[in-house]
Amino acid sequence: MSESAPAAFSASEMMIVAAARELAGQRVCFVGVGLPNIAVNLAKRTVAPELELVYEAGVFGARPARLPLSIGDPTIVTHATAVTSMFELFGYYLQGGLIDVGFLGAAQIDRHGNLNSTVIGPYETPRTRLPGSGGACEIAQNARSIFVIMRQSPRSFVERLDFRTSVGSRVRVVVTDLGVYHPVDGELQLDALHEGVTLDQVKAAMGWSPRVATSLGRTPPPSDAELRMIREELDPAGVYTR
Amino acid sequence: MRDAIAQLVRDGDSVAIEGFTHLIGFAAGHEIIRQGRRDLTLCRLTPDLIYDQMIAAGVARKLVFSWLGNPGVGSLHAIRRWAEATPSKLELEEYSHFGMVCRYTAGAMNLPFFPLRSYDDTDLPKANPLIRPIRSPYSDEELYAVPALKPNVAIIHAQRADAAGDTQVWGLLGCQKEAAFAADRVIVVVEELVDESVIRADPNRTILPGLVVDAVVVEPFGAHPSYAQGYYDRDNAFYLEWDRISREEESLQAWLKEWVHGVASRHEYVVKMGESRLLALRPTPAPSGSVDYGEYR
Repeated sequence: MSESAPAAFSASEMMIVAAARELAGQRVCFVGVGLPNIAVNLAKRTVAPELELVYEAGVFGARPARLPLSIGDPTIVTHATAVTSMFELFGYYLQGGLIDVGFLGAAQIDRHGNLNSTVIGPYETPRTRLPGSGGACEIAQNARSIFVIMRQSPRSFVERLDFRTSVGSRVRVVVTDLGVYHPVDGELQLDALHEGVTLDQVKAAMGWSPRVATSLGRTPPPSDAELRMIREELDPAGVYTR
Repeated sequence: MRDAIAQLVRDGDSVAIEGFTHLIGFAAGHEIIRQGRRDLTLCRLTPDLIYDQMIAAGVARKLVFSWLGNPGVGSLHAIRRWAEATPSKLELEEYSHFGMVCRYTAGAMNLPFFPLRSYDDTDLPKANPLIRPIRSPYSDEELYAVPALKPNVAIIHAQRADAAGDTQVWGLLGCQKEAAFAADRVIVVVEELVDESVIRADPNRTILPGLVVDAVVVEPFGAHPSYAQGYYDRDNAFYLEWDRISREEESLQAWLKEWVHGVASRHEYVVKMGESRLLALRPTPAPSGSVDYGEYR
């Protein structure tokens, strides 16, 4: 620890920075709205300048000049490498096997990385009707690896999903507001805690007893440069990060 | 618009107003509400605000979709109220994005189904028994199939078309081409009506020939609050505002009364919206370079 006080940061900012760092060395990334969008754009400015941004709306090689609110914003079109029909994007690019990383979030995840973004409660009589798959189930099945970014709580990290929207077999990393997990023998293992987070805190924020790495790491806090990019360039209004 | 909807959209029809975030046919949807259509089956990948409004107005009995939300904002509150009511007031038939795109593609190609690599080890085929496993006739591979979707009517918003219905779009293409070729009847709504020579000068940009188009309606700003690439930006402020308007049935119905029933046409809506709000949505220019098709005589 340095003498000067570290910059204060929010749990969301830590989550975005940790997810962005995981993208080092990756080439073709399928981007989702919200946190993944900020994480991917941060990675492109830091650890992965060669990253090609792919949007399910039908864009390969996007160069967004502003942070889009929606997945289909006009800023992902102007100056892109290619704009395609959705049939081509999902058929040739995704199902054709060209996507290295797909980013997904969800309302629920289980210990195997399976995801629910469809309903809370029974399907026919849901307590909460969620958005549903969108492209998630085909991204989970066809991207080479899946990165999950979501906040963890006993309601979101559950022993049993209410609905399985997307299969977890290709999940390679799960980044939460508390730590970082990687799968070991098909089960998520807590490998690192974020700065200031305790193991008890993590265990209290999940519905199963997690496998924990024997040498539990500590995520380095966001650097001043990372925080500046998030706050000044990627989410100046603080929509996703405060 | 009034005539096109009156003649081509009937009670009980399946209707696809397609356009992925881009070019969503709000003007047409509002006219369907004004004309009081009933029992429609509404098909769209992302129901978006337009189907939230139409379902709240009571035009539909069923929704066929793949992602149910207000993009970047949150829930579609009206649809959730209808779907979560006991008993449910809205039948839902649910796929994934690629599933819906493949359904239109099969419809456009006159095939009974389309195979795809989705749904493995998920609960979606249980939730929707129309998503079925199939075995490849050339290997032992197991895939899933989705059935062809052939809507009675497709409504497509576009930047421009000529009077014959030859239609050009740029920016996000979504699955409008597939939906239109799959449909029995097609309404095209455009920002600008252009001469046939404009279409013929750039034939690669044509997504639909007039051959498959039954009506062309000229309706500037007809996709607002969604957007038309190069013409106006997405009105994100309205998408955020809708979250507040639609949370309560009362404020939602008051909005429909004022902005749909309270205006006779999209033109009146545009005037009511005010020039300054719309001008603020106009982007700075970023023209494509032109290509040379060559003259061959």
